[in-house]
Amino acid sequence: MPAPRRTTAAAFLVLAVAGAALVGCSKKDDGKVSADSGGPVQVNATDSACELSRTSFPAGHVELAVANKGSKVTEVYVYAAGDKIVTERENIGPGTRATINAEIKAGTYEVACKPGMTGDGIRQKITVTAGSAAPVKADDRLTQAVSDYRKYAQEQADATIPVVEQFAAAVTAGDVEKAKSLFAASRVGWERTEPVAESFGDIDPKTDTREDALEDGQAWTGWHRIEKSLWVDGKIGDEEKTLATQLVADLKDWQKRVADAEITPTGMANGAKELLDEVSKNKITGEEDRYSHTDLSDFAANVEGARQAYELLKPVASENEPELSKTLDSEFEKITTLLGTYRNADGTYTSYDKVTEDQRKAFSDAVNSLGEPLSKLAAAVVVK
Amino acid sequence: MDAENEQQAAPAEHGGEAQRAGLSRRAVIGWAGAGVALGAAAVGTVAAATMSSDESGAAPQAPDVPFYGEHQAGISTPVQDRLHFAAFDVITTDRDALVKMLKEWTKAAAAMTGGREVGGGAVGAVPESPPDDTGEALGLPASRLTLTIGFGPTLFEKDGQDRFGLKAKRPEALVELPKFKGDRLEAGRSGGDLCIQACADDPQVAVHAIRNLARIGMGVVNVRWSQLGFGKTSSTTPDSQTPRNLMGFKDGTHNIAGTDADALAQHVWAAPGDGADWMTGGSYLVARRIRMTIETWDRTSLKEQEDVFGRTKIEGAPYGKQKERDTPDLSAMPADSHVRLAHPDSNSGLMILRRGYSFTDGSDGLGRLDAGLFFLAYQRDTRKAFVPLQTKLAANDKLNEYITHVGSAHFACPPGVRKPGEWWGQTLFG
Repeated sequence: MPAPRRTTAAAFLVLAVAGAALVGCSKKDDGKVSADSGGPVQVNATDSACELSRTSFPAGHVELAVANKGSKVTEVYVYAAGDKIVTERENIGPGTRATINAEIKAGTYEVACKPGMTGDGIRQKITVTAGSAAPVKADDRLTQAVSDYRKYAQEQADATIPVVEQFAAAVTAGDVEKAKSLFAASRVGWERTEPVAESFGDIDPKTDTREDALEDGQAWTGWHRIEKSLWVDGKIGDEEKTLATQLVADLKDWQKRVADAEITPTGMANGAKELLDEVSKNKITGEEDRYSHTDLSDFAANVEGARQAYELLKPVASENEPELSKTLDSEFEKITTLLGTYRNADGTYTSYDKVTEDQRKAFSDAVNSLGEPLSKLAAAVVVK
Repeated sequence: MDAENEQQAAPAEHGGEAQRAGLSRRAVIGWAGAGVALGAAAVGTVAAATMSSDESGAAPQAPDVPFYGEHQAGISTPVQDRLHFAAFDVITTDRDALVKMLKEWTKAAAAMTGGREVGGGAVGAVPESPPDDTGEALGLPASRLTLTIGFGPTLFEKDGQDRFGLKAKRPEALVELPKFKGDRLEAGRSGGDLCIQACADDPQVAVHAIRNLARIGMGVVNVRWSQLGFGKTSSTTPDSQTPRNLMGFKDGTHNIAGTDADALAQHVWAAPGDGADWMTGGSYLVARRIRMTIETWDRTSLKEQEDVFGRTKIEGAPYGKQKERDTPDLSAMPADSHVRLAHPDSNSGLMILRRGYSFTDGSDGLGRLDAGLFFLAYQRDTRKAFVPLQTKLAANDKLNEYITHVGSAHFACPPGVRKPGEWWGQTLFG
């Protein structure tokens, strides 16, 4: 059966409904509905009509006062494009009234009354205008969260530079063992705030590219190139020394540019999720630090950075989505505890080649258990 | 789209869920159909139709199988063409979290089997957030999707632990299956605390269903193993021809018909007094991944192949008979033939309801097809059905030369969710 894709079908539907609105729901020939300019929007629902006192009103809080004057139980929906339900109220009995409250952003919507509570309903187009109402004020707590996160990202970059310099110095001095001991530590600040670094586009390919990610002809530079020399070749040549110096320069560039990074609350939330994506894609498999097996150090830093972003957004998120916030608290705690069991007294982590398949599976479960709810954080901090 | 298609797509609601969901996946299709059909009509006609979608004329021939009922769909309901089966491990110790997930699963299952999207749909309300529904089934009809849940022995007790306070409720029939002769079971294809059997006429719809349930379950369960299947190998509709398995034979001709209420009551549905009250109306599911040694089978003589089954290859007729459904004369078949050993007449009338699928998971790295039969069987009491039957087959069946059981699992499938508001496992956890 040639089932049409939804987009096509939905586009047709809108046309059909527009027709319905024109023919079925004209309100100008009906004086029963008062057209006041403020207060609730009156909705007169009958068995064959769905009349609104206004079809255009400002964004923000909207109140629909529904009167069911028909003989059937009805329900009223507000749909955004594609029939996304903005708000709804069911079971409005004949002769009864109901009030529907919603926060509605600017745009075009449809109100549907469904006598008998079946079918697509009798539809009416409405326009919600921006600007005519007091603009939605940015939540001060979110502004604060963004500013605190930028500060955090800067601190991480500032703290990274001296460690990278020590790492580079060890490489330049040809001290393989010392360089190895500093490798994981030199990456922590970066791994905590990686989405910020990646937002610049040009820095990450120079500093954090793995061998298999190279394009034909692209020079391999950065941490992982040096990692391979240290662990696989066990020696340092002139090329590595140059690369170490270059790594410091590239990371100083990052340090300078953190202040200019574009950071938004939803960007922070999705950045936190991306950190978990990194873990689930490259670290669970041991691909990230395949020579040094220091994956758990990066893993922990990713989780710490994600948690930082979440904690800053939590005042708003926990208000909007208390359940989600509870889940995130508990999952962050679980994964942190799990990581803790692999942490040595000196702050280093168990080498990932010593982590068994079963243990990797437990990590994978923990990452999925956190990553999935974390993907819902952005929606919880959107200013509606 | 022609009138016939429009009919198939006509909406048919089940329960109140459909009304809550706004414009359904199915309703969208119905509308497109109606729209084309009415394309030349006046706007007023379209408007009238818009107001009463459910009475829009076409006789309903629903592409969906009712989700709500005394028994779970997907057991005695007509077998669809495709399967995605998944076994899950519960990774939480929090019983409330598990119950919450089962409730969410039930809602999502009711939506998906009705051809609707999960939760807030495939185009989320907030662009910054991933949508609730993964979206690959958009525009597809319900495709007779059924979702059937089962609970494994390890949900009740694992490593001596009464994990969720359910130990006392474990049905006696939910045994650990014995090791059968020749079993080469792989842990990664066996067991599981929960299972979901997704059957549909479209593999994309079945895959979508498991994927979305797995996603909803993250943090509570994870997928232990899963299996895709195609080409049903048995039928629950007696008038249709028995499909062939990958050996080219019709097997399972004498299956329990989904319409035979007496046989279902006798052999399939757990009854009051059977041992676990919460299972009344449910059934016990055995899943076995049976690998076929396809290459050696294919170079086996036709006579040997037919001797293995006790049937002719081309017609499927029992030895000495003409037609597939002729009453078999078991004594005419070799004593170690599959049909003779498995037939109810050789087993005091014992029957199981089979619902298996063929599978091919590519090749095994040695150039051999990784293919066979994903055997699914439902019964009232596994101890009295699959266990004695398989014990006998494992010891004697000539077919064993060409097959190996590599995966195995056992689940208690509870009774159906009777109406909106009820949930999967309510009789067990509630």
